[in-house]
Amino acid sequence: MTARQGVLSALFLAALIVAPLGQGNYVIYTLCSWLIFGIAAMGLNLTLGYAGQISLAQASFMAIGAYTTALLTLSGAPWIVGMLAGCTLSFVVGLLLGFPALRVQGHFLAFVTLAFNTLVFLVTRNEDWLTGGALGLSGMDRPKFWFLDTARQLPFYYFTLVVFLIAAGLMWGIVRSPWGRAFRALRENPIRAESLGLDRRLITLLAFAIGSAYGGLAGALVSPLVQFIEPGSFALVHSLRILLMVVVGGAGFFFGPILGAGVVVLLPEVLRFTEGYYLIIYSGLVVVLMIFRPTGLIGLWDRVRDKIRPQRKVRGDMQQGAQL
Amino acid sequence: MSEFVQVLLSGLSTGSIYALAAIGFTLLWQAAQTVNFAQGEFVVLPGFAVLVGLKWFGLPLWASLLFGLVLAVLVLGFLFKRVVVDPMLPNVGLPLIIATMALSSFLKEAMKLSYGAEAQPFPDLFPQTTLDVAGAVISVQDMMNLAISVTIVILLTLFLNRTRTGRCMQATAQNPAVAQILGVDTQRMVLYAFLINAALAALASFLISPVFLAKFSNGEQLGLIAFIAAIIGGFNQIRGAIAGGLLLGVLDNMTATYVTAQYRAAVPLVLLIAIIMWRPYGLFGTSEGRQV
Repeated sequence: MTARQGVLSALFLAALIVAPLGQGNYVIYTLCSWLIFGIAAMGLNLTLGYAGQISLAQASFMAIGAYTTALLTLSGAPWIVGMLAGCTLSFVVGLLLGFPALRVQGHFLAFVTLAFNTLVFLVTRNEDWLTGGALGLSGMDRPKFWFLDTARQLPFYYFTLVVFLIAAGLMWGIVRSPWGRAFRALRENPIRAESLGLDRRLITLLAFAIGSAYGGLAGALVSPLVQFIEPGSFALVHSLRILLMVVVGGAGFFFGPILGAGVVVLLPEVLRFTEGYYLIIYSGLVVVLMIFRPTGLIGLWDRVRDKIRPQRKVRGDMQQGAQL
Repeated sequence: MSEFVQVLLSGLSTGSIYALAAIGFTLLWQAAQTVNFAQGEFVVLPGFAVLVGLKWFGLPLWASLLFGLVLAVLVLGFLFKRVVVDPMLPNVGLPLIIATMALSSFLKEAMKLSYGAEAQPFPDLFPQTTLDVAGAVISVQDMMNLAISVTIVILLTLFLNRTRTGRCMQATAQNPAVAQILGVDTQRMVLYAFLINAALAALASFLISPVFLAKFSNGEQLGLIAFIAAIIGGFNQIRGAIAGGLLLGVLDNMTATYVTAQYRAAVPLVLLIAIIMWRPYGLFGTSEGRQV
């Protein structure tokens, strides 16, 4: 991390700490969902931006995390147990789902995960005995620690923030470990990476499974935040939304998905004054962004900066997030 | 037995309409290597264009259908290629996929805002009568839908295999570089693929709208089915898309009647996962070599 990145991160962190102070419950709720979707998008970014595979099932992993946490906390277990169980289950399901799909080249994982997301939706809607069916589950307690009770909105925000920071820290470590660099080596030049002895399939599979576990973690936070979960909150559209967050922010950049989650969660609120038109404006903007700047908003920022103060040119194939 | 025949035939009828959308899907994949996530909306939009022709301009039915077809070819074929796909062409792949996803919700919202969220009745193209064949009650509409889809598919296959333009399109799909060296105007061939896809989507729309009614959100299901049909059959084969569409239509009807109505939507998905595990190139596809 360069000094400038350090200063920027510190400023960002300070802003996150100050942001909810003196705000109403709704604003804090929106900020919480930004952080939660940020975690889910970070996980997807590992799969998509670093390992180069499209997954359309991040919302269903959130469903797995959310339902596991909800069922366990409703039966009296502490939140942390539910969260760990949810993440583990997501990780295992990710392995099982990715194993056959990654056997074949191309974007087959996208198709398998697309079907999987809809299957999870159907199961959560139809299996009333377990998931409460279309009515969903409600009345989950918020986590309580010996020094902190998160029943009120503000303490819950700080709790979410801490979980978010731990998750981001772990991700930072993963991406910078030799093992994380292997992801990028594979994405940039698969043939060379394989000739250096990297097992493409194993590493991609692990990236997908870890990304799925992040989805499970996000779900484990959704359950106490909303205290009500139903199948519709984890439908395919939400997977597409998370994918959008990663791509709009900038896939393959560490801060891309966090920025993207902010845009996707907050923009509807900003565009609220346009009444029913916000979705159409929003989707139109995405089409335009993809046409002109396929590397997302972070790519856009780099370009603006280059216009104002040209930087030293980096070779195209050495750039971060250059090719997907 | 007679119930079985009824279920089978109406399944084939819906399946043949899915097949039209699935063929368009495969054509686009061939031409631009893109997965068009807006295909479902492509199949809904022309229906609304027909309603606009009927209600707003007061045109007779045949003229409204023509209006819908022409508009679809212009907007969903020509403009889609020029405005959305062409500017992204050097780096297709993920950005284009995201763009079509966004386009899908753009079209959906546009239809909702301009024509309302309720399902709109669509004029029947065929008499709503039934025939009694050996105890089975067969709807004339189903039979006509099946006959028209089959005719369209046969005409399309003849066009692709027997005419010079069709063969040039195949050459472009198989190996654009060599096709260009041999003097094929590959850009024009790709454009044809887009136009044909739009026309197929429009025809599917005209056939399915009287059955499903015209509703802005119908595209979600239609798009997914077309997509699954294309993959099940083999992404690089027209006959694969036909088989996939028919199979899905029949399976869907059979499951709903004989097994479970709750999980009918799960059948195509399970089939998709199974196919990808055991035959990733589809029932009819070959692992290498692409064909229109």
